[in-house]
Amino acid sequence: MLHPGIMDLAKYPFLAEAGEYLRDKGFNLEQLAHPDWAPLVEKAYGRIVVATSGQIYGSDKGPIENPDIEILSFIVAVILLKAAGINTLTRRFSLAEARRAERYLQQDLWSNKDKKNLELPLKIIQELFRVQVTVENEEFVIKVSDYLQRAVHFHEKEWKLVNRRVTGGLVYLTAHETVRLIRTELGQYINSKIQSIALPSIPETFKSRVQDLVQLATKFSDAIVVSSDHPPCVKHAIEVLEKGENLPHSGRFLLATYLLARGQTTDQIAPLFKNAPDYNERVTRYQLEHISGSSGKGTKYQCPSCDKLRSENLCFAIPDCSGIINPIQFGKKRKN
Amino acid sequence: MLEKDIGLVENAIKEYYFNHFDLVSVPPKPTQREFGYQKINGGMIRHIAIKDNKELHLLLMKEIPSDVYCSNAYYSFPSMPMSEKDWKGADLIFDIDAKDLTLSCRNDHAIFKCGSCHDAILGKHSACPKCGSTKFEVVSVACKNCIDESKKEAKKLVQILDEDLGIKNEEVEVYFSGNEGFHIRVINSNYEMVGSQERADLVDYIMFNGIMPETFGIRKQNNFKSTLPEIGESGWRGRVATSLFGSKTRAPKAAKQIVSDGYLAFQVKLDEIRQTIGIKVDPKVTMDIHRIFRLEGSVNSKSGLSKVPCKNLDDFDPFLDACLLGEEKADIIANCPVQIRLKNKKYGPYANERISVPKYAAVYMICKGLASIV
Repeated sequence: MLHPGIMDLAKYPFLAEAGEYLRDKGFNLEQLAHPDWAPLVEKAYGRIVVATSGQIYGSDKGPIENPDIEILSFIVAVILLKAAGINTLTRRFSLAEARRAERYLQQDLWSNKDKKNLELPLKIIQELFRVQVTVENEEFVIKVSDYLQRAVHFHEKEWKLVNRRVTGGLVYLTAHETVRLIRTELGQYINSKIQSIALPSIPETFKSRVQDLVQLATKFSDAIVVSSDHPPCVKHAIEVLEKGENLPHSGRFLLATYLLARGQTTDQIAPLFKNAPDYNERVTRYQLEHISGSSGKGTKYQCPSCDKLRSENLCFAIPDCSGIINPIQFGKKRKN
Repeated sequence: MLEKDIGLVENAIKEYYFNHFDLVSVPPKPTQREFGYQKINGGMIRHIAIKDNKELHLLLMKEIPSDVYCSNAYYSFPSMPMSEKDWKGADLIFDIDAKDLTLSCRNDHAIFKCGSCHDAILGKHSACPKCGSTKFEVVSVACKNCIDESKKEAKKLVQILDEDLGIKNEEVEVYFSGNEGFHIRVINSNYEMVGSQERADLVDYIMFNGIMPETFGIRKQNNFKSTLPEIGESGWRGRVATSLFGSKTRAPKAAKQIVSDGYLAFQVKLDEIRQTIGIKVDPKVTMDIHRIFRLEGSVNSKSGLSKVPCKNLDDFDPFLDACLLGEEKADIIANCPVQIRLKNKKYGPYANERISVPKYAAVYMICKGLASIV
């Protein structure tokens, strides 16, 4: 058990203990339906709007003044989202709430690093995400395997293990880096909590704000512009083949999966390999069909990630590659 | 391999397995692993389940495979198709191969083997000097320098595994690969569940790939000597310091120079250092969490040598300790332009000569495509 205090629950309202706390204090949904609580519904709605705009709720304010309201507005926001039933909104809200909690976790880790109080943030990390964090000379220490599992999802070079202090199977991090590492999981945790809640019928007083949320969500339908240019890794692979030089297996795999993902057929792709020094039409066709999933077990192979290509020395990134993690994303830009 | 040579090679392999069951055994958790094998000139047969040494030895006697493999991964159902195996984790494995070390000696023992006239000529050529064909393969034969340099990489790897990654020496098994390098297997529960993408990052760590100058104390501006690594620090910072400064007394002057040279120069310097301190493993092997990897104790059909454990790397001589095929004489015609040394005896060079040599040497040259039975 975590045994958080009320201030802790205001910071981390997604903890199971928050619900218990409210129950113990005698709050229930019927009560919240009373017009007296209208400001709370507004606060909850505001909390979602701020989150969906990519900001962190409460980040411009000082210390938490009314912990009960903080906890309640989170719970009501969850009810509104649940009633609206739009996944995009829930995901955005979960991530923003994760970032809000991340700020508090970081503060708690840092300001209490030499006190007993440190227990709570470390316990949250440990119990929710099964990551054991210890403190050593003002640094936070986790196992290499725990680090890798999370850090591989970041694409900034500084998160590569080689750019970290690593000793004896442990990675040394700052408070900020420690919580940053679990942000995605925290978001997923909050998201899954919201998904798992069973919602009874909601009070009338909530309904107009639920409608507003449905309206709000229309803003987030994706508009994507696609350019027809290939990324430099694919261009390189094509060039090597055109020159009749040997492209390693991993390079051929990249080319095939990329072009298949772009909608080309095996018939269109096969001729590209004609110049390969070991070209064999039958084998090429068999392999392309296998990769496309039209033969064999039917598994359709995905284009390898930029990370994987970097490790295989097949990445020739240019500035236009910034922000992508897979070659198939190259040239796709969101309109908004 | 030519049909007439297969008999000799298979015989030698069968005899080896029969006499050396003690050297060939299943790894830990055998029932959860996938096994596979190949026969000479045959395709790969995999998705096989083997429960113990007895079953393994039976397979060896029945099939006389030229190469035997076993997964680094553990599965609930190892004999099912890949998508239904249910992956449960995998040992961390590393492959160090002399051919990846860009050694200058490679030119001295690389043999050009023509695909058309089958002639074998020393050195690297773009076309056959005899018949002009551009179809060829390059064969490499036993070289002490290649082995010594591979050993150095293996030792550096074992040290990093211990010091940086917390993998104790007792959890690390080093094997001669059976041809020109070493295989390293880690049995450590902390790393079993690490996925492929994570292993790619781990391998970049080991190879010292993807480094930022900032990690070693040099930013794009406002640099100070105090943030540079110091000799004696742990991990890559310490190794970089040793490489940059050599000794503590030389450090202050060199550090001053680095700070004044700036970011780009330091980046170039780090890239240079990477060539010497980064460990040259084959990244594809470590990243692969479904690989079937050569089984310890089995024969490698690229050479006829065995994959054997190396208890003491310094004293290990693969051309003696892993050369375990029979001693009886076999008559072959050898076209081997380089001298080879097996079991402390020298063979060749031979120019299409009919010779009588021990079976291990005959198989070695046949496997390399440099000899054929009379």
